[in-house]
Amino acid sequence: MARVKYNGLVVEVPAGRSVLDALLDRGETIPHGCRAGACQTCLMQATQGTVPAASQRGLKAAHRERGLFLACSCMPEEDLEVCLPDTQQLRIAASIVGRRALADDVMELSLRTSEPFSYRAGQYVTLWRDAELGRSYSLANLPQTDGLLQFHIRRIEGGAFSGWIHDSARVGDALDVQGPMGDCFYTADDPEQKLLLIGTGTGLAPLYGILQDALAQGHRGAIHLFHGALARDGLYLHDSLTELAAQHNKLHYHACVLHGDDEPAADIRAGDVGALALERIGTPAGWKCYLCGDPTLVNGLRKKLFLAGAAMKDIHADAFLASGPAPRDPLND
Amino acid sequence: MASLYERLGGDAAVDAAVDIFYRKVLSDDRVNGFFDDVDMEAQAAKQKSFLTMVFGGPNNYTGLDMREGHKHLVERGLNDSHVDTIIELLGATLKELGVADSEIEEVAAIANSVRDDVLNR
Repeated sequence: MARVKYNGLVVEVPAGRSVLDALLDRGETIPHGCRAGACQTCLMQATQGTVPAASQRGLKAAHRERGLFLACSCMPEEDLEVCLPDTQQLRIAASIVGRRALADDVMELSLRTSEPFSYRAGQYVTLWRDAELGRSYSLANLPQTDGLLQFHIRRIEGGAFSGWIHDSARVGDALDVQGPMGDCFYTADDPEQKLLLIGTGTGLAPLYGILQDALAQGHRGAIHLFHGALARDGLYLHDSLTELAAQHNKLHYHACVLHGDDEPAADIRAGDVGALALERIGTPAGWKCYLCGDPTLVNGLRKKLFLAGAAMKDIHADAFLASGPAPRDPLND
Repeated sequence: MASLYERLGGDAAVDAAVDIFYRKVLSDDRVNGFFDDVDMEAQAAKQKSFLTMVFGGPNNYTGLDMREGHKHLVERGLNDSHVDTIIELLGATLKELGVADSEIEEVAAIANSVRDDVLNR
């Protein structure tokens, strides 16, 4: 049992319970998202005491030194005094410069940042509509000199942020950008290496960024991009990817739908995207693999590709985690 | 005489072994049930520390870590037969990499030395 001081409160946190859940239990408002240590929405700062190393995983060294930590991953082992961090130092201002429907439920959102923003295509950021509502999205475009950032936002049933983007956000609306995060991006260490990109749904967004990066950096090995969707409408970049593949000999675009109710078109395969990919490329030994989207698919494929011969260091995965409700407190049930 | 770790090839040898070893562990139905729910990247890092230790390399393992780290698995039925399997797969990995039998025995002896801590007894 550790005591955590926050905002004039002293909260007792039982062993194994996170600072985030303990504070939410007490009715405090703490921004949060994935609850899995990935989105960094629940960033807090410890002003007294040492937080467990696990709660600082993935943070920049400068942030770790300032005592920043992820409240969802912080099961405190000693007493702490914590606060919400000064967001001015973590986020930069941006405004919406475009919205374009890519499919019924996917919107391309274009933002322009107020100052230069350094990132690698395929990384992700948290977009903040206001002080409390933040959600993570992958960067789908290459860094531009004018600070343009592009995202593919899928409408989540009842989703506060995606609902706002789809239904009511307007060009000129302001939001804040925090990040970038993640290590799912192109590296030019071996320009001849074959690349395997597999994504479902808007898992295509980071892959589209990675693909453009690889092409821009003159990658010479074959690039196979597999996009899986439930049905044809979910293949929301089908035409532009088909066109891009026609322009680049080394680029192969494979469109896959899970439910082929009617005969899919000649250029669309029906079935599981992972199985289709393995069938097409044979052994993934020696390939660099990028997997993005549905967590079950991403984690399952990571294992399959590894067992089929891909090196662990060559598998980059970005599982899209939904922002989840609080797990029940077993002690208070 | 060079240490076992140096004779095996140091950090580079561990890197060469870790994927082969972990792939064997995940493919072996006698033990892979213990690895179903783990984060593969975190687990690969742990496999690397484990291999560094059994290669006689620099490590920070303590008996207590071994006990704490495996307690939940012992509760799920981890026993001597599973430790035997891991040591067998370790040997097969080293064999594949061309390591001599005498050195494989040295590695197996180090792995065996933590058996009681792993099994929490």
